[in-house]
Amino acid sequence: MSKFAAIAGIGQTEFSKASGRSELQLAAEASKAALDDAGIDPADVDGMITFTIDNSDEIGLTRCLGVKDLGYTARIPGGGAASVATIHQAAAAINSGACEVVLVWRAMNERSQYRFGQPMAPPSGGVVNIAGNGTGSLLWCMPFGAQTPASWGALATQHYMNTYGVTNGDLGYVSVAQRKHAATNPLAWFYGKPITLEDHQASKWIIEPVLRLLDCCQESDGGVAIVVTSLERAKDLKRKPIRIVSSAQSIPAEVEVISNYYHADLNVMPEAQGVAKRLYQRSGLTPKDMQLAMIYDAFTPQVLYQLEAFGFCDQGEAKDFIKGGNIEVGGGLPVNTNGGLIGEAYIHGMNNITEAVRQLRGTASNQVAKMTNALVSCGMAGAILSNS
Amino acid sequence: MSNETTPIRPDPVFTPDAAFFWEGVTRGELLGQRCSDCMKITHPPRPMCPVCHSIKRETVKLSGRGIVTSWVIPRHPAPIGFAEAPIVALIELEEGIRMVSNVIDVAPDAMKNGIAVEVRYAPTKGGKAVPVFAPAKGGARE
Repeated sequence: MSKFAAIAGIGQTEFSKASGRSELQLAAEASKAALDDAGIDPADVDGMITFTIDNSDEIGLTRCLGVKDLGYTARIPGGGAASVATIHQAAAAINSGACEVVLVWRAMNERSQYRFGQPMAPPSGGVVNIAGNGTGSLLWCMPFGAQTPASWGALATQHYMNTYGVTNGDLGYVSVAQRKHAATNPLAWFYGKPITLEDHQASKWIIEPVLRLLDCCQESDGGVAIVVTSLERAKDLKRKPIRIVSSAQSIPAEVEVISNYYHADLNVMPEAQGVAKRLYQRSGLTPKDMQLAMIYDAFTPQVLYQLEAFGFCDQGEAKDFIKGGNIEVGGGLPVNTNGGLIGEAYIHGMNNITEAVRQLRGTASNQVAKMTNALVSCGMAGAILSNS
Repeated sequence: MSNETTPIRPDPVFTPDAAFFWEGVTRGELLGQRCSDCMKITHPPRPMCPVCHSIKRETVKLSGRGIVTSWVIPRHPAPIGFAEAPIVALIELEEGIRMVSNVIDVAPDAMKNGIAVEVRYAPTKGGKAVPVFAPAKGGARE
């Protein structure tokens, strides 16, 4: 019988625009909440995993939690594109015997302490350290005026939109569906605030002709944590275990995070195709076996690329797939039922994983009926989670 | 763009493996990195050839001709170091490599994919330069 790891606990702080406390405190609060949810003493954590661009320190967090003896740490490159890779690596660490209780976290004050989406002043002089960002944006984009995540992403996307005749108006269907979900999710920043296609089209251009304001995720303050342990151990804990059926990373040749301009075909997201291939091969499951897709939605076009890469629709057809309520709760494939990074908060993909867990537990605000399997993707990594 | 105005465009970031590119541009030359063993041209540059793993490399003068593969205009927030929103574009050069640049001398309304372009050079505030692209003589190429 195969060994499986499972998600035993989830936790978070409130999602806001001004947390009023340090990033380390957000990390500690979210971690404690996740461990309480699982029913595990924080002292017993023996593995910690996060991903680059998190300012908190593993050792600082062990001091807060009173961890007795940390036996394993990993910090994954790629920023948000590594968010689901935390689940992949936690499962690998547990299944290998390297550790038994892995705490995964992300906590940032990316709205109040700094502005994640603002233009970055290009550094002058000295050695530039971009290790772990997975992007050449600083080097190859800055002096041309592409200085924000929105501009880096949109530059590749315009090619895709031109190829398949996708308009910015088409992208509005993603925003409207996700804001509808956020409107009925009390955890969401945009709780009670749905939008219409007209609102989307009236919002200002961020990157013309690709992204308007309502195509972009938020800048958020907040923390999210997830506890992973063996399925066997999870069965004895407080919550019903959410099994990690399969998990994968994929970083194909010439692929970069977000400044992703150098691979062969700009109409596809090769990293998501690679993740899809591995997830389906390893699990024996198919797109039709998923009742929910939680898809990294830093910007609306990323949802379209991933719907195609994961085989929910054919290449170039995502612009039609997203219409007619198909990606809403009650539709053919509910997507980002918490509102996603656009509607709930931008905790770099981590809050899309916790929503999948809630859906599989049956405790989501916008509950999908008859949940068995959920796909979670952040582009360069993904996982299939199950309650069976 | 007047030549009298003081350049405000940000300087490029020099790294050990890419310094040749910006130094070339500042002299008015568009250079690529070519593997001395297998002749593969690679961009962005890197210290090892990804095909044959040679660390012997040389600079090669690029044609400076290409087509626009993708383009956008960053409207908000305004980019640092630009008086007006630039057209940011991916240029696919004749040599088969892509690079991020700007398209100049085209009105935003007239911008489209597939325009044939050729290289020009734009100064930066610290006395360096970057390659930018203007419509090639002879116009669009299908």
